[in-house]
Amino acid sequence: MLLKVNGEEHVVDDSDASMPLLWVLRDKLGKVGTKFGCGIGFCGACTVHLDGRPVRSCSTLATAAVGKEITTIEGLANADGTLHPLQEAWIALDVPQCGYCQAGQLMSAAALLKRNPNPTDEDIDTAMAGNLCRCGTYVRIRQAIHTAASKMASAEKTGEHA
Amino acid sequence: MTQYDDMLQNDPVLSKFLAVSESPRAKGVDRRGFMKLTGIAGGGLVLAFSLKGKVISEAMAADEMTGGADLNAFVQIRPDNTIRIYAKNPEVGQGVKTSLPQIVADEMDADWQSVVVEQAPLDGARFGGQFAGGSLSIPMNWMSLRQTGAGARSMLVAAAAKKWGVPAEEIKTANSMLTHGDKSATYGEMAADAAKMPVPDPKTLKLKDPSEFTLIGKRLTGVDNHALVTGQPLFAMDMTVPGMVYANLTQAPQIGAKVKSANLEHIKSLPGIEDAIIMEGAGAPGAFASFNPAGAIYLPGVAIIGNSTGAVLAAKKELQVEWDNSGVVNTDTWSEFVKQANALKAKEGETVTGIAGDPDPAFSNAAKTVEGFYTFNFVTHAQLEPNNCIAWVKEDGTVELWAPAQLPDQGATAAAAMAGVDRSKVTLHMMRIGGGFGRKLANDFVVEATAISAKIKKPVKLMRTREDDTLHDFYRPGGFNAFWASLDENGKLTGWKDHFISFSPDGKVRLSGPPGAPPPKGPQKPSYYPANVLDNARVTQTNLKSLTPTGPMRAPGDNTYGWVVNSFLHEVSQAAGRDHVEFMLEVLGEPRALGPGFGPSFHTRRAADVIKKVAEMSGWGRQLPQGTGIGFGFYYSHQGHVAHAVEVSVDANKHVTVNKVWSAYDVGPVVNMSGAENQAQGTVVDCLSNMALEVNIINGVIQENNFHQYPMRRIMGTPEMEIAFLQSEFAPTGMGEPGVASFTPAVTNAIYEATGERIRQLPIQHQGFTI
Repeated sequence: MLLKVNGEEHVVDDSDASMPLLWVLRDKLGKVGTKFGCGIGFCGACTVHLDGRPVRSCSTLATAAVGKEITTIEGLANADGTLHPLQEAWIALDVPQCGYCQAGQLMSAAALLKRNPNPTDEDIDTAMAGNLCRCGTYVRIRQAIHTAASKMASAEKTGEHA
Repeated sequence: MTQYDDMLQNDPVLSKFLAVSESPRAKGVDRRGFMKLTGIAGGGLVLAFSLKGKVISEAMAADEMTGGADLNAFVQIRPDNTIRIYAKNPEVGQGVKTSLPQIVADEMDADWQSVVVEQAPLDGARFGGQFAGGSLSIPMNWMSLRQTGAGARSMLVAAAAKKWGVPAEEIKTANSMLTHGDKSATYGEMAADAAKMPVPDPKTLKLKDPSEFTLIGKRLTGVDNHALVTGQPLFAMDMTVPGMVYANLTQAPQIGAKVKSANLEHIKSLPGIEDAIIMEGAGAPGAFASFNPAGAIYLPGVAIIGNSTGAVLAAKKELQVEWDNSGVVNTDTWSEFVKQANALKAKEGETVTGIAGDPDPAFSNAAKTVEGFYTFNFVTHAQLEPNNCIAWVKEDGTVELWAPAQLPDQGATAAAAMAGVDRSKVTLHMMRIGGGFGRKLANDFVVEATAISAKIKKPVKLMRTREDDTLHDFYRPGGFNAFWASLDENGKLTGWKDHFISFSPDGKVRLSGPPGAPPPKGPQKPSYYPANVLDNARVTQTNLKSLTPTGPMRAPGDNTYGWVVNSFLHEVSQAAGRDHVEFMLEVLGEPRALGPGFGPSFHTRRAADVIKKVAEMSGWGRQLPQGTGIGFGFYYSHQGHVAHAVEVSVDANKHVTVNKVWSAYDVGPVVNMSGAENQAQGTVVDCLSNMALEVNIINGVIQENNFHQYPMRRIMGTPEMEIAFLQSEFAPTGMGEPGVASFTPAVTNAIYEATGERIRQLPIQHQGFTI
């Protein structure tokens, strides 16, 4: 079984096909940025992208990711290390407390901005409703998504690569 | 007085944990001094702060470093001008990995951009108390960290003065630079010379006036932020050890049960599974009700071991265990507790835990009396990172652990006992903690991982599931309070009686004094607001017998006491026809401090200031639409004085919308403004979550198992918040917990203002409300 993670292909034992993608990423491929919170798709800590769409990797079988582009938090920044505007905003606005949920929050937020570059608070609440933050950083998550959105919009205007 | 106090009093480890805060450490410098260290990688000036107060020569220093000198702060100025500062305490999301080094850097006049923060190793002999609890990191380390920074600066200045032949007091420092006229040097350039200077006596150091702070009070972003947002390994479960296997332990649902049989052969035949073994457990069933972070006890069960957590958890779904329930001791059922409490609520409790004056004449002469009864259910911590630990019990008799532990030293002690080795043979790596809220003050998961590793003789990564964590928590206990108040003809509060109905394993109430002190012979002056400020008050307690494990959760005791007392105070002020803010200020009385204690004690002026502040911020007194109300809460918790005002609107379906929150904190000067605000914002969300949550206990078993049955608050409905820090002249105190105690009553009092219905039970859905 071949899995393409952050642009790199990995051979994974066929016997792991029915394992949730989360554990293949963490325990077989060493991509430990994706986190385990509930195992039933209710907390969003394990959110990754499959072909750009956010999925809960704890409830997605590895086999369902074959032939798709898997993006994890380790692959959210550009290949040259330039951070995604969301990552920059997360740092600048000091969003994390314990930080455990934030990889999943960022992946959900990145999928939102891809689909809706200028979200309202309501759009954000809807798109981020699947991600729990037990520390309660929701105010800053909203602010950081707005900050990143406006930065991406102004980069778009000036023709910069965001 | 609370169950938590009982635990503290009876538990040698926890009482010691708080007793640390009573020691001279927090007060200053008496027995302390600096040590200059050599032989550290990177060289330059290395300065540590000694609790023993010895001045150490360079020759001795290296020995001291390896030989266990008593250090609690450590700063290294390297020749390349980077400055390494150890973050001594575990980071649990409270921000201390940033704010503690920030204090050192400010007094040093260091350039924050060149500061590298490293998590200190766990070594109590070198660093003093290392833990995350009690909102104590800031108050306990504030003075020593400032002195460390000032000491380093003073040696750099002395070196420059000698080199340049100018008076030390004429040398200016800023951004890791020394300047005098046209002469200048970086700290890195001067480090080697500074290392040759005599170490200063901390008593002679001049600390900055608060007006001179350049970093303290500013917004600094978390030092781990970049690593967090790029998914770098920071947490225990992100670590990998050579030869490591993965494990889970399915434990008995009821305390006292044992494994009778299990389909072990089937489990072992599943893909990726190496072994399935019965774990006998350790400790008597009765021991689980007593919170003991250093106890080498764990519940029996079946360990499944495999080559990935995925394989282990898939096998867990097929695990069938027949439990032997003959030894089950815990048969608690919440609905039975409610019946017992209802039978007790009409009268005061038999054990008086706190007394001020004599409330009986006040009640006999009262113009009016008011009574109220309040109930709050058990809740679970639900920290997002499930409990996990990597344990490696090695053949050479040593043990190595990677753990998210709030009390890491007690975790290492418990692991040593479990593995049957001396504590000195155990190394515990303090990893970033993915949320604790008090759950990871317990070290049960460290013990379990150690027990499995000892049995299979391999390094093991134990991963608990959400279901495991929900079923096996040290829950925030539920409880009940019956109150009586007397009013005179002017609507002034003259007497207060409180009957607190809580739990203990034997159903007995034990009096508790200050942490670390022997229990008092008789009742003391009440320590809880508002009984502590009143002339005539009597606090009594009855404990129901319970063997459900309970433990501290964020602002333990206060997180429920703050709710019941603020609710009843509001009930009393409304019965008296009084303005609630005026009434609260009248209850506080004249400006005064109530006692010395450790650090800033309850001060009625500070209390009044935060109450007045939120009244002003919220525009108290303004006309509000029908169905809308503003409520208040005030509490003194973890040395912080905090008040909240909350505006809510309630619709016809009893759905509560929080329109806006105003919070005022007096925690003295704020160290990291960004971190402090983050804690205050998180406090609001945490309380809104918990006031609508419960776990139900039937026959000793928690009925919920995962987030679908425990719907914690999500992003929608997060209210607008305005947070003020009064930054009074008192010493700085922690921000993790104090705001929790007074927020929930501000919401429930606002619901009363909006609807006329008093919330008497948490969670609020018991009265038909949603939020």
